[in-house]
Amino acid sequence: MKRLRQKMMCAMIFILLLSPFAVSAETLKIGVAAEPSSTDPHFHNLGPNNALAYHFFDRLIHQDEKQRLHPGLAESWKPIGPTTWEFNLRKGVKWHDGSDFTAADVIYTIERIPNVPNSPSSFTSFVKQIKSWDVVNDHKIIFETKTTFPLMDAYLSAFSIVSKAAAEKFLRDNPGMAKDIYTIPSKYYNDGTLLTGTGPYKFVEWIKGDRIVLEKNPGYWGETAGWDKVIFKPISSGSARMAALLAGDVDLIDKVPTADIEGLKKNNKVTVSQGISNRVIYLHIDTGRDDSPHVTDVNGKKMGKNPLKDVRVRHAISKAINREAIAARVMQGLAIPAAQSLPDGFFGSSENLKPETYDPKGAKKLLAEAGYPDGFGLTIHGPNNRYINDAKIAQAIAQFLTRAGIKTRVETMPKNVYFSRATQLEFSFMLLGWGSDTGEPGSTMMKLLHTYDKENSMGTSNRGRFSDPKFDAMIEDAMSTVDAAEREEKLKRCSEYVFGERLGFIPVHFQVNTWGGQKGISYKTRTDEYTLANYVKKD
Amino acid sequence: MIVFILRRLWQSGFVLLTMSVIVFVGVYAVGNPVDILISPEADQIEIDRATRALGLDKPLYEQYWIFLKNAVKGDLGSSFVYNEPALKVIFQRMPATLELAFTAMFFAVVLGIPLGMYAGLNSDTFIGRTIMSGSILGFSLPTFWVGLMFIMLFAVILGWLPSGGRGETVEVLGMQFSFLSADGLKHLVLPAMNLALFKLSLTIRLARSGVRECMVMDYIKFARAKGLSKTRIIGVHLLKNILIPVITVLGLELGALIAFAVVTETVFSWPGMGKLIIDSIGVLDRPIIVAYLLIISLMFVLINFIVDILYSVLDPRVRLQDFKS
Repeated sequence: MKRLRQKMMCAMIFILLLSPFAVSAETLKIGVAAEPSSTDPHFHNLGPNNALAYHFFDRLIHQDEKQRLHPGLAESWKPIGPTTWEFNLRKGVKWHDGSDFTAADVIYTIERIPNVPNSPSSFTSFVKQIKSWDVVNDHKIIFETKTTFPLMDAYLSAFSIVSKAAAEKFLRDNPGMAKDIYTIPSKYYNDGTLLTGTGPYKFVEWIKGDRIVLEKNPGYWGETAGWDKVIFKPISSGSARMAALLAGDVDLIDKVPTADIEGLKKNNKVTVSQGISNRVIYLHIDTGRDDSPHVTDVNGKKMGKNPLKDVRVRHAISKAINREAIAARVMQGLAIPAAQSLPDGFFGSSENLKPETYDPKGAKKLLAEAGYPDGFGLTIHGPNNRYINDAKIAQAIAQFLTRAGIKTRVETMPKNVYFSRATQLEFSFMLLGWGSDTGEPGSTMMKLLHTYDKENSMGTSNRGRFSDPKFDAMIEDAMSTVDAAEREEKLKRCSEYVFGERLGFIPVHFQVNTWGGQKGISYKTRTDEYTLANYVKKD
Repeated sequence: MIVFILRRLWQSGFVLLTMSVIVFVGVYAVGNPVDILISPEADQIEIDRATRALGLDKPLYEQYWIFLKNAVKGDLGSSFVYNEPALKVIFQRMPATLELAFTAMFFAVVLGIPLGMYAGLNSDTFIGRTIMSGSILGFSLPTFWVGLMFIMLFAVILGWLPSGGRGETVEVLGMQFSFLSADGLKHLVLPAMNLALFKLSLTIRLARSGVRECMVMDYIKFARAKGLSKTRIIGVHLLKNILIPVITVLGLELGALIAFAVVTETVFSWPGMGKLIIDSIGVLDRPIIVAYLLIISLMFVLINFIVDILYSVLDPRVRLQDFKS
């Protein structure tokens, strides 16, 4: 045994000497604000987990930095009927353990997703639309969806594909650890046992709270990894992350604290990379109830009716907010005023919508037209540790509204209290944020603006209970149009109607994210806010 | 002695039970963990599924009853976030915190007692006064600020020490320790000094006042009259007597060091329990919060107990029977 090991070592060293990769060992250290909760790609649908999974695993379809879809493990795909989709899989892809990637792995993944034990937030909603499948051969699958489902490709770009053979081998070696291969607990991914992917990096180790270490997968089917070794270090405190960058302990940090950005830009030892995100910060308005809990008359007494239901009042609120000032002052340039749910240039965002210009006089006029010449009283609720400068934005908005005649109080709270209360409809006027997983506005509008319908999973995050039958019909029609170009046009009309005319919610701005790197290290920013090693470039 | 231990056990059992009730009701009042953990894209079916998976669909008293039943068997539940037993998640992080706390305590004792004794014996000299004013600074400067200043000075400007993290670790008895490797030691110095600063000041003050008090006692005069050397008087007779209050206070402070190293751990990204509990409160990971607080309460009970025993060993006038009343 010992002899064998020695021989293997010699062989390995020999191979290493021959291989061109051994010439320069480039290590990249990244300081990240949030640590993943698991390395199981299907355990928890959470930004840091999804970003990490991109290193180890591939998806059928990849999303690029603007969330446009590109071939991943699927070489090509197309709808071949109203509810039928054909996927051709890439040939010659190897798992990290050397076995071949086939259609069986895709099917295994789809069957595993709803069965991951104790998942606090699963990917089930991305596979639920699939009714059945037909594995034509090892590299071709025909999917049948339950209804017409145009977002099939976007949904299949949302999760990683895992290896069936690795799971089977695990269960053979460790019988009794799980009932079947679909319910293997996530901890066997966390310790690396099952962490076999097809992705550009392999797993080395994860010391919880301290570091996650990755190494290059030289046999990657796509563009090989730019770094031989990558170390992610979770540093949750913003100033500690800054210090680690300035001290040279890490090469790159994400989520640079807003207050430090100006200083970093002046420092010639570091570089700053900034890019817009798909996260819209918006104001949801209670338009569902006639008696909203935090709406009062000018003197703070109950009014008995809800002025927010009047579309003129909503337009008045939108006009009263100086988005440019919030972007420039409160956000210190880290925001771009918004007119709809996704920034310009995304699939389905309308060119005809422009951010509302600041017009306090116009706002007062509209309020008077609506029958509130003296305004009314309102409370804005917001989180204070979720979005960039969230509490400050809420305060600024309250001041703008008060100036326009709507006497607005501010109440902010930690996110762990805030979101529960917002979901229970305890607020009348609330600051929220929404990032689009699919990179198109359709699913966002379905979740946030369609009439609340628990049974059919529509309007599930409609915390203002906005309801407009005409809009419901429009969005449902758009979301059952398979032809992409036609759907895009329909989605634009939906956005123009619901944001231009009805103001189902009031968009405030899109967040801009900042990464800081050592001199010569830059980050090609992504709208989904992920920090990926392969997007880090060295001059 | 046995009565004393039994009484202590019964008291601590009561403390733990009360604690678990408070945490359960407290977390329940703050909010629903599912609302924070779940992806905003999730639909109602998914929300219901996650609620069931985490066992939150049952009424609170039933959840508590299940918790109690399992707790008796030594199972404090599985973390909502990590899906691993809460105790395991905490014990994984515990060596890091213990190492940090004990190193800090070591600094505090090794530096604090000599400095305090020097200041007590030479209270009117310049150095004596400087030590005392220095200890005021140690008391009054906020930990996180001092930590950041340490990082600025030693990591960013001078570049001598790393700015955070734990560095290389060596496995001893199945636990990872960093003080055994050079790299780990480099990572340990700054956070340990940062954490030690407050305790160091405290030790200096305790030692100094102890010295001032004891130096005029009869036994010191007697020792002197007997012609004992100064080193022996200070090193044996004086030291032994000033240690009593120092041990009592530091013993209790050790618990606080372990339980509340949160600030230092956050500033230095030290992968200990303090950071874990803060993150867990942020996402309402109830099993971790409950288990952590139970462990901490248990630890305080234990430390108090050990201090009481040590106390009686050091001071023969105190016997454990005295605690009965």
